[in-house]
Amino acid sequence: MEYFIQQLINGLTLGGMYALIALGYTMVYGVIQLINFAHGEFFAAGGYAGAIALSYFAGLGYMDTHPILCLTGAFALAMAYCAYLAVGVEKIAYKPLRKASRLAALLSALGMSIFLSNGMMLTRGVYDAVYPSELFQGGFDFGMVTISYLQITIVSLTAALLIGLNILVFKTKIGMAMRATAQDKTMSALVAIGSNKIISLTFAIGAGLAAAAGIMYGLYYGSVKYDMGFVPGIKAFAAAVLGGIGNITGAMVGGLIIGMVEIFGAGYISGEYKDVFAFIILIGVLYFKPTGIMGENIDDTRV
Amino acid sequence: MIQEFKKVWKPFVIGMLWLLGLLWPMLGVHPDGTLTFQKTFTVWSYIAAGALVCLIIYVMKASGTLTVVTDPLTKAGQGVKRSATALPTWVWIVILLVFCCIYPQFAGRYGTDVAINVLLYICLGLGLNVVVGLAGMLDLGYIAFYGVGAYTYAILNTVYGLAFWVCLPFAGIFACIAGCIVGYPTLRMRGDYLAIVTLGFGEIIRIILNNWMELTNGPNGILGIDRIGWFRFVFENGVSFETIWVKKLQLFYYFALGLAIFTAIGVNRLNFSRIGRAWESIREDETAAELMGVNTFIYKLLAYATGAFFAGLAGAFFAARMKFVSPESFTFLESAMVLCMVVLGGMGSIPGIILGVIALIALPEVFREFESYRMLIFGSTMIIMMLFRPAGLIPAKRVGQRSEEKEG
Repeated sequence: MEYFIQQLINGLTLGGMYALIALGYTMVYGVIQLINFAHGEFFAAGGYAGAIALSYFAGLGYMDTHPILCLTGAFALAMAYCAYLAVGVEKIAYKPLRKASRLAALLSALGMSIFLSNGMMLTRGVYDAVYPSELFQGGFDFGMVTISYLQITIVSLTAALLIGLNILVFKTKIGMAMRATAQDKTMSALVAIGSNKIISLTFAIGAGLAAAAGIMYGLYYGSVKYDMGFVPGIKAFAAAVLGGIGNITGAMVGGLIIGMVEIFGAGYISGEYKDVFAFIILIGVLYFKPTGIMGENIDDTRV
Repeated sequence: MIQEFKKVWKPFVIGMLWLLGLLWPMLGVHPDGTLTFQKTFTVWSYIAAGALVCLIIYVMKASGTLTVVTDPLTKAGQGVKRSATALPTWVWIVILLVFCCIYPQFAGRYGTDVAINVLLYICLGLGLNVVVGLAGMLDLGYIAFYGVGAYTYAILNTVYGLAFWVCLPFAGIFACIAGCIVGYPTLRMRGDYLAIVTLGFGEIIRIILNNWMELTNGPNGILGIDRIGWFRFVFENGVSFETIWVKKLQLFYYFALGLAIFTAIGVNRLNFSRIGRAWESIREDETAAELMGVNTFIYKLLAYATGAFFAGLAGAFFAARMKFVSPESFTFLESAMVLCMVVLGGMGSIPGIILGVIALIALPEVFREFESYRMLIFGSTMIIMMLFRPAGLIPAKRVGQRSEEKEG
């Protein structure tokens, strides 16, 4: 039983990260009907940017005096950096192809993904970028179950970001414009919504969330690597599909489910095959219910 | 020219500043708390200079200053094309074949090695072409079938001691079965979903190869696979057999050449058959094809199985040549590389794919010192091709004429 609860907590931590990445997929898909293959690379780039910022602060000696402030700064910088990256990527690789065939856009996205991960390799080297480990030592100990401070931070931060996004999308003017663009680009343009700006904004927000997930991943596992975006990216995509792609609440739920399944699968079935479970869920969902658990009916050509 | 330049200088400057902002945090911030600017500016100035040259060429082309150069060039190109079409196609094929046959005689060991690599990738590219180019399904887990073929030969050979020529059909058939297993549940999907699911399946097969210790020896791979061997009759004490191993690289080259020719002929025949037409109709409009009575599911599965079959054959050759297989050789990046070759050359066009493979395998060998930029160039090639020439270097000739082409 203790083991079960422990795994539940670990799954929640991991699932939160997947949910953050999945949101980017689902938002971009909602607006321009494209699977942004390079999204996993935003996650990795965010992890790197966070590592660079934190180690820079540590080099200046601020880490010992103001750890919380440094961490906040690292999150802000990494999210801003990835948003900046994503806007440019969208302008270069996706915007000219908006009228082209889906295959062309997909291949361009794939090329972008390879380009970005190798660009990171060339600029920061092939070795892991290490995160400072002295942060958030210890935790609450309930006999057999321990919850580390790090896990609490990650889960609460994830929750805060998700709530913030929900408010942005469902309560503000910008969110309304985003939803309108997702529904019908031409009609929203007629009512004076700049669809290009909204699409850029969607990319920026998605990449920012992925960057936050990247830093959490780095803090949780201790290091980041240039090619780490690929597998979590696919798992997050599985989460987005599971929740119903285009559906924001669905992506959050899907992310949590994928994280739980991975942790429980690794704990109770086999640790070596832990990456397989997300893929199996993805295939199963697409086979039996392609609209996902929360998706509306989408027309035939998209599936 | 000034007019043209006025139109484009703004996005150019903004793009370069964007790049600078992107590069500096990655290159200029150091863990020990120092900031540098030198390296970032050096890298950035190289890229900016390259981009400026492209910009100037673009501006000159757009304003018509380059017509002095381009006009004779296009005329010469047309002249070459006319004289090329004056000779029938089979003459060119014969010339190419003769060149391929005598190639290892004057190329050194290294050159032959690269050529074998090119030939194996031609088989892979043509096999993937069946799935992507002919049937229009994006497959990102294609290299897994290559892996299945390679492992089939490796296991059959090291465990059961079977010879290469016995294993070769099995390698193809097992890859084919793997293709059907992957294809069966995924083919209800289309487009992007299919791409991501095949990617998932490719990863699953790689993870299985990596973790099934009893069968595949896990990440350590399988060592000591036999080369290609065949029997020779010996008439000394009655009739007996003797095995000859292909030790010379040149001989292996000819086997690989044979495989590549077999694949090219096979894909060509398929392309111009009933099946090829059915694939084409599925690629152009799946719903319409289904309405016209094409059994889309069977044909899509067939495309998958055919592609996997060729990949399996190439895999067996790969294992026999390396004498070693490990899951490291069958990662997603390899799939992306093969896909990049197909895209670069032109989806659906056999000469195009051969050109694409040569470009992406042979050129990096020539520019050996830029080895680490290889994948970077693959990625950017894919983007640039999609932006400027989505049909590839040598676009596929279409069968028949379409209404939209008649109008234009």
